[in-house]
Amino acid sequence: MLEIKKLHVKIDETPILKGIDLKVNAGEVHAIMGPNGSGKSTLAQFLAGREIYNVISGEVTYQGKNLLDLSAEDRALAGIFLAFQYPVEIPGVNNTYFLKAALNAKRKRQGLPELDAVDFLKLVKAKMAHLKMDEKFLQRGVNEGFSGGEKKRNEILQMAILEPHLCILDETDSGLDIDALRIVAEGVNALRSPDRAMIVVTHYQRLLDYITPDFVHVLAGGRIVKSGGKELALLLEEKGYSWILEQDKHSSFVAGASL
Amino acid sequence: MTGSNASIRELTEKSYQYGFVTAIESDNAPMGLSEEIVRFISFKKNEPQWLLDWRLKAYRQWCQLLENEKEPMWAKVHHPKIDFNQIIYYSAPKQKKQLASLDEVDPEILATYEKLGIPLREQAKLANVAVDAVFDSVSVATTFKDRLAKVGVIFCSFSEAVQKHPELVQKYLGSVVPAGDNFYAALNSAVFSDGSFCYIPKGVRCPMELSTYFRINSANTGQFERTLLIAEESSYVSYLEGCTAPMRDENQLHAAVVELIALDHAEIKYSTVQNWYPGDENGKGGIYNFVTKRGACRGKKSKISWTQVETGSAITWKYPSVILQGDDSVGEFYSVAVTNHYQQADTGTKMIHIGKNTSSTIISKGISAGHGQNSYRGLVRIQKGAENARNYSQCDSLIFGNQGGAHTFPYIEVKNNSAQVEHEASTSKISEDQLFYCRQRGIATEDAVSMIVNGFCKSVFRKLPMEFAVEAQKLLGVSLEGAIG
Repeated sequence: MLEIKKLHVKIDETPILKGIDLKVNAGEVHAIMGPNGSGKSTLAQFLAGREIYNVISGEVTYQGKNLLDLSAEDRALAGIFLAFQYPVEIPGVNNTYFLKAALNAKRKRQGLPELDAVDFLKLVKAKMAHLKMDEKFLQRGVNEGFSGGEKKRNEILQMAILEPHLCILDETDSGLDIDALRIVAEGVNALRSPDRAMIVVTHYQRLLDYITPDFVHVLAGGRIVKSGGKELALLLEEKGYSWILEQDKHSSFVAGASL
Repeated sequence: MTGSNASIRELTEKSYQYGFVTAIESDNAPMGLSEEIVRFISFKKNEPQWLLDWRLKAYRQWCQLLENEKEPMWAKVHHPKIDFNQIIYYSAPKQKKQLASLDEVDPEILATYEKLGIPLREQAKLANVAVDAVFDSVSVATTFKDRLAKVGVIFCSFSEAVQKHPELVQKYLGSVVPAGDNFYAALNSAVFSDGSFCYIPKGVRCPMELSTYFRINSANTGQFERTLLIAEESSYVSYLEGCTAPMRDENQLHAAVVELIALDHAEIKYSTVQNWYPGDENGKGGIYNFVTKRGACRGKKSKISWTQVETGSAITWKYPSVILQGDDSVGEFYSVAVTNHYQQADTGTKMIHIGKNTSSTIISKGISAGHGQNSYRGLVRIQKGAENARNYSQCDSLIFGNQGGAHTFPYIEVKNNSAQVEHEASTSKISEDQLFYCRQRGIATEDAVSMIVNGFCKSVFRKLPMEFAVEAQKLLGVSLEGAIG
C-alpha cells in the first residue's frame, strides 16, 4: 500500500528525515517509536501532505501512485488519514457540519451521492456510541474547548466515519489518562481490517499494550535504526533508547568505513 | 461539498457583480455646492418652508465646519482631500409625470433591481419583505404599502413622508442626530435628497421585514439619503438595508444619516448588508461610505439592535450607536467588517448609558486580507445617573497574510461606580494549522477558508434575518476572493 524509499526531507534548510525506507502492506499495523526530535511527527505530517516540508530526495508510492504528486486534500480523498497530535480548534464551525463536509467531499470523489443530514446523523451517532462520546460534541465547534482526551476521541471519530485506507496516528496516546487511552485504543482496534493499514507513531510503549503492532521501527536522527516485531517495543520499554543509539553509532561507523 | 459551499465557490470566482450602469435619462443639479443648490433640492421636492430653513441652517453649519477644517481626521483611514465642488448633489431618473403605480416605473430601473435580485413587480415580490428602492437621489418604488397600511405601519420614501406626514417628520427629524452633529451629518442635513421613512404605531408588531435598497447609478454624484424610523410604545420592527453601486474609477461619496427612535417597550432591529463598490484590486475607485447612524432608546425597556455586514466601500467610516436613555433599555451592536485589497474600514459603535439598569452588548468581527486596514473604534460611556449599567464588548480580528492590518480602539468612560464593563479582544491569523487540518480531511482550500471565516463571524450572522444571513455568507466569499494565494 505504501512504500517509502531513501526519503530525505528538510524543513527550511535543516534536514529532518535522512534516508527512510519503509514498506507497509494492507492489513498491517506498524509502530514507529523513537526519542523526542527523531523525526516521527515530521514523517507523519509529511505523509499527510504538509507543505512546510520539502523533499531532498527519495520516493514515496501509495497504492502504486507517486504520493508526492498529490496535494494534502487529494491524499485525504485517496484514503490517507492523519490523527493529529494536536488537533486544532476551529471556533464557530459546527463539528457535525465539519464531519459531514469531510465525508461528503470523499463521497463526491468516489462518485457516491452526498449524505443528507438525517442519514449522516444516524451514522455519526452510531459511531459515537462506540467511542462513548456524548452527543453534545456534535453541537460544539470543531475541537473548541475540548479537553485533550476529547480532542483525541474526536480524531478517532473522524477516522471511523471517513474509513480511510491508511491511518496515521501521531502520538494519539499523549495527554490521555488510562481510561481514555483504553477507549481510544478500542476505537482504533475496531478499525483494524485486512484492507486497511496503520502507522502508529508513539513515544511510549504503553499504547502498544492496547494496539498490538505487527512491526516496530525505531526512528532516531531521521533514520530507521532498528526494526523488529512487537517484542522490540517491550525491549525498548525495559532498556530505553540509548542502547540502540549506541549500537547505531557503531554500525554507522562501520558503514562509513566501508565506503 | 454542500450546495451553499458550491455557490460560495462560484461566487468567489467572480468579481464585483453589481458594477453595471443603467442607461437612463436623469435630471441632475449642476455640479458643486452652494445655498442655491440647497434651495434647488428643496424646491425640486416641493418642501415646506420649515424644512428649507432647517436645511439652510445645516448648510451654514457645514460651511463653518469646512472653513474651520473640522472634517473628521481621527479615523485611521487615508484619502485625498475631497473637493466638495466636484460632486453633483442631486440626480433623479427623469420621469414624465407623477407615478400612479409601479407599472409606470421606468422599465430600465425595474430591470436594474431585477438584476440586483430585488424584484419590485407585484408578481415577483420577495416573500414577506417590503422594499423601498432608492435610485440615486430618489425613491422609485415601495412595495407592500397597502398591506402595511392596514395595520397602521407607514413605510414610504422620505419625500413622501414630508408631504403626507409632515408633523411626524418635523417632530423627529434631527432629534437623534442634530443637523450640526458632525461634518458629514451637517452635509447630509443640507442636501439629503431621499431615503426611507418608517412609523410603527403603538402596540403593532410589524408583520413583515422592511427593507430599503440603495443604488447609486449616475457618475460624479454623491448619495445623501436620510432614514427616519420611529417605533411607538410596545411596537416591533425589523429593518434591513442593502446597497450597491457601479464600478467606476473615481471615488464616490455616500454620506447618509439614519435616526431610530424607540419609545417604551419598543424594539427595533436594524440590519445592514453594505456592498457598495469597494474599488478594484489596486485600490482604484470605490465608494467613500461616511455614515452617521444613531438610535435613541427613549422609552423604558426599549431595545435597539444594530447588525451590520460591511463588505463594500473603499473607505468605511461608520459608528451605529445607541443612546440608552430609558431605564432598563438595551442596546446591541453586531458587526462584521471585511477589508480586502486596499479597502479601509474604521467602524464601531457608541453606547451611551444614561438610564438606570441599561445594558449594552458589542460584538465586532474584523477581517483583513490583502492590504486592507480594519479598525474597530468604540465608546462605552456610563453617565453619572446610570445606576447598574452593564456592558459587554468583544472585538475579534482575523488577518489573512501579512500585509493587512487590524486595530482596536476601545474608549471606556465610567462615571458611576455601580457599572460593570467588560471588554475582550483577540487578534488571530487564519492559521496554516487550521487550513491543513481541513485539507487533511479532504476539504478543498477555498471551502476551508469560507468555513473558517463563517465560523469566525457566526455570532453576528446569527443575528441577521434568515435570508440575509445566507446573502451575507455569499458576500463574504466574494469579498475575500483571492485572499489565500
